[in-house]
Parts: sequence; structure tokens; C-alpha cells
Amino acid sequence: MTRTYRATEEPMLPPASSLAILLLLFFGMGLLALASVMLGRSEGDGEGESASVAHGPAEFSALLEEDFTRGLDIAAREGEYRVPPPPFSEGIFPCSDCHTGAGEGDAKRRALEAAHTEIRLEHGGEDRWCLDCHDLRERDKLRLANGTLVPFEESYRLCGQCHGDKYRDWRSGIHGKRTGYWNGPKRYLLCAHCHNPHSPRFKPIRPLPPPVSPSHQARPAAGVAAETGGGS
Amino acid sequence: MSPDDATRQDPAAGPRSGEGVDVGRRAFLKAAAMGAAAIAAVAGGCGPRAEEFLQKNFRELSPAELARVLARLEEEYARKYEKKVNVSATGALPGTVFGYGLDLSRCVGCRRCVYACARENNTSRAPQTHWIRVLQVPREKGVDLSEANAYYDPPAVPEERFAYLPVACQQCRKPPCVKVCPVKATWQEPDGVVVVDYNWCIGCRCCMAACPYGARRFNWAEPSLPAAEVNPDTHYLGNRPRMKGVVEKCTFCLQRVRQGRYPACVEICPVGARKFGNLLDEKSELRVLLREKRVLVLKEDLGTEPKFFYFYGT
Repeated sequence: MTRTYRATEEPMLPPASSLAILLLLFFGMGLLALASVMLGRSEGDGEGESASVAHGPAEFSALLEEDFTRGLDIAAREGEYRVPPPPFSEGIFPCSDCHTGAGEGDAKRRALEAAHTEIRLEHGGEDRWCLDCHDLRERDKLRLANGTLVPFEESYRLCGQCHGDKYRDWRSGIHGKRTGYWNGPKRYLLCAHCHNPHSPRFKPIRPLPPPVSPSHQARPAAGVAAETGGGS
Repeated sequence: MSPDDATRQDPAAGPRSGEGVDVGRRAFLKAAAMGAAAIAAVAGGCGPRAEEFLQKNFRELSPAELARVLARLEEEYARKYEKKVNVSATGALPGTVFGYGLDLSRCVGCRRCVYACARENNTSRAPQTHWIRVLQVPREKGVDLSEANAYYDPPAVPEERFAYLPVACQQCRKPPCVKVCPVKATWQEPDGVVVVDYNWCIGCRCCMAACPYGARRFNWAEPSLPAAEVNPDTHYLGNRPRMKGVVEKCTFCLQRVRQGRYPACVEICPVGARKFGNLLDEKSELRVLLREKRVLVLKEDLGTEPKFFYFYGT
């Protein structure tokens, strides 16, 4: 069975407008190509755009200039270990400032509404609850599983109850950050300095920019060469 | 110790700063230096440029000669950067062989180490020289260098699919770069750090071809380093400002570690993935991780025996 089409059934663009579209496409592509050439980026560039700029450490000095040996005396040699104070939120410690009086406190497992509503407990799923680690009566202390109370400065004992392998590695200096002197006094961090105890997974951070790719390496950053008298 | 002003103002022995040296000038300087040497033999003194030209290999310098070299360099840097730059030549501490550990299960690829290293070690800003290169590798491939990408730039790291592998000098116990150097300008120090005498290096880049880790960098152009950013605590074999035409590389922050400090990359690492210590000390964290963790070295089959150990902390 054959069908015949009439011009009215399949509307066609008038020749003039189709030509215009073609021309538009043609020039559009041309413009794009020109733009990419002018920006100095070839189409096959796998690397991100920032790989074309030489970033220097001075841009990130706020991140990089901490003095990690401050307060440590190399002459002290063996045996001295410093731990910075626990990373409390502003104005939150001592807890007993608000939690006063004996007998106060509700040990029932519940969603907190009156205070500490910003805490999202993402640590051990359904199995954890405030009073697994905090003590109902001694608010300024932490509580081990066996009931022993430990100060916040020794929170690693609490963490180490479950994370024994990490605790062992941390004590031998493999897990966690150690600064100071490799042959002298050192500074340790507590677990809580890197891991929020209520949500311990390490939070993603913004990476510093990638290195300049070789295709962009030749171009010195404007001003730098002149400033330093470098470049012959 | 410092050369007197009269000789420094001698045009033949003018300061090194500024314009490049063309062939004519080099030949002229050579002749001038020879002349100066002859004069020196008689008069016992010559200008800094000639002194630099006639300087021996670092390992052949007598203590007095070394002191003179360091003073000359300090003076040169003071003139160039208009501030006091210390150049030390502290030797290896007895009973130390340095080793490095990097926890591949911790590194998040944030590149803090890359820039902390540049800041500490006075590397050229433009053209940009980085001693550390952080490679992003797909997790499913394991440690596969052929899939590596050094130019990743997502808004946040770590990304689920990737692992991160920072690579710098592996401080091999059998360093191929040292073996191929035709002039012995690079060698392994008693504490195991492979160093370069920038003043002895002829820039042939044989060492770069020999290094299986791509860890060495060449100064193709005069390095640029803003005076305000110069780290004035330097070591002759480490982070003192370099010149055009020489090779450089990671030295485990020689200027720091021989004073007991940790390398800059260890200090800055926000996740504590970088470990440093004395391999001869049984109690050092290095020895503990070598005993207890799964450890790998890059390209083990080449027999270079790196002292840079990657490990899995988990």
C-alpha cells in the first residue's frame, strides 16, 4: 500500500529560513572555536581549568602558617607529650554551668528538644545514645562502659573501648596527627580534634588547586617575574 | 670572610643577579676567573663570581672553604632578597636513617602538603615547581600509576571513587639518579637523604631520566621567588634558593629534620596520613608501621629500595 504525501501534509521550512539556520550554526561553531583558541584551551584538555594558573603558597598562608613546634622544647628530648585541650564549642564547658543540682536529668532515651538540638548523632546508628558516653549525674565527666568516670582530656579512653585497633595505633603514633620533634617532645591530638564524636566520619574539604599543566607552564604569572627580578 | 667591596665591584666579577650569561660573557668570565685564580694564588683573595666558578664539589670542601662558600651565598641572597637568609650545612645526625610513611587509607588528596612544601622549600612560583605531586587513582584499580590524574579539581575531596597517592622523591637506598650523574653532583647522605649540590650540577638531566618516580624537577627558567615569601632558614643541600639550569627535588626537608623537626608536609597534613622518623630507632612510628601494617613501595620490582613507604592504616 502506498501513500502519497502532499506538500500541505508535511510542512517544510521556506528555503530562506533554513539557509539562515545553517548560517547561524556555521558561525556559531566558528565563534566557539575562536573563543576556545583565545582562552588557550584545546578541546582535549582533560584537566580542570585551574590547571592553567600557577597558584602560590602565599594565597593559602592562613592555612599553612601554623607553628607546630610552638611551646615545645627540643632540649626536653624524650618523654614529653602535649595534648591540646579538647575542642569544645564556645561556651559549652563546664556542662555543670547549666546542668546543676543532683537528681536532675531524664535518663529516658528520646529526641532532645529543650537543648543540644543541633547535635545529630551519626555514630553507631540506633545503638548509641547520649548516656552511653556522658554521665547523667557527673556532667563534666565522660563515662566508660564499666561506669568509670574520665575527664574530657582523657576521652581517648572512652573511644578506645570500641575502637581498640585505632587506639593502639594512635598510641604508637601511626593513627592521627603527631607534631613537634621526631626525636624529642611531641604534640598529640585527641580523637575529637579530628572526629566530631557525635558524627565521626571525616568531612570532605576543598582541595588546594592543581599544579600548572605543562602546556601552561611556560607562561609566568603576571607581575611575579618583574617583582622578584627573576626571569632572564 | 666576606669578600671586600673593591673586588665585588670589579666588572669581571660582578654580582650574579639579573641578566643571563651569553656565550661571550661566559668565555670572558672563564678567562677572568682563571686570571683571578692566578692572582688568588699570589694575593690570596678573589671576587665572589670567580670564587663561585672555582668552587669545588660540596663533599671536597674543607671546613674553611665551606664556611667561605656559605658566607658568599648568604651575602648573595641578602643582596637579591634584601633580607637575612641563613645557609647552613649541618651534617647528618649520627645513628639516623630517615624513613617516611604515608597512609593511603587516610590521604584525602587535599594538596595542603604540596603548597606547604613549596612555601618551606623556596621552590619557584612561576614557572611553578612542586616537589610533591598528588595522584588521583580510581579505587577499583588499586595503586595503578597508568590511571593516575594529577590535575583533579573537584569542589571537595575525598571523592568516593578515588584514592590519592602523593608522590615525591622516594629516597631510594639504591638511587638510580645518583648512579647516572656524570659529575657526582647528587649523592646519598649518611642519613639516607639523596641531595643535590646545585652549584656542582651541570643540568644534564640524566638523573631525571633515570628516576622511575618522576621526582626530580629542572629549573628551565630562572626561578622566581617573591622576596617576601623566601623562607630564610635554609640548608646548602636543601631549600636554599636555586638558579636556572639545575635539578632539584624533595630532601625530606633536610634543613628541618637535622634539627629534629618534622618535614613541612608531615606537619601540615590535616588527616595525619604522613609519618616520619628514624628507621634505626626501634621505637619510632616508622618501625611500628613497618612491623604491623600492610606496606608497599612504588615500583618495587625495579630494586631501587625506597625509604618512602606507603601503608594502609586500616
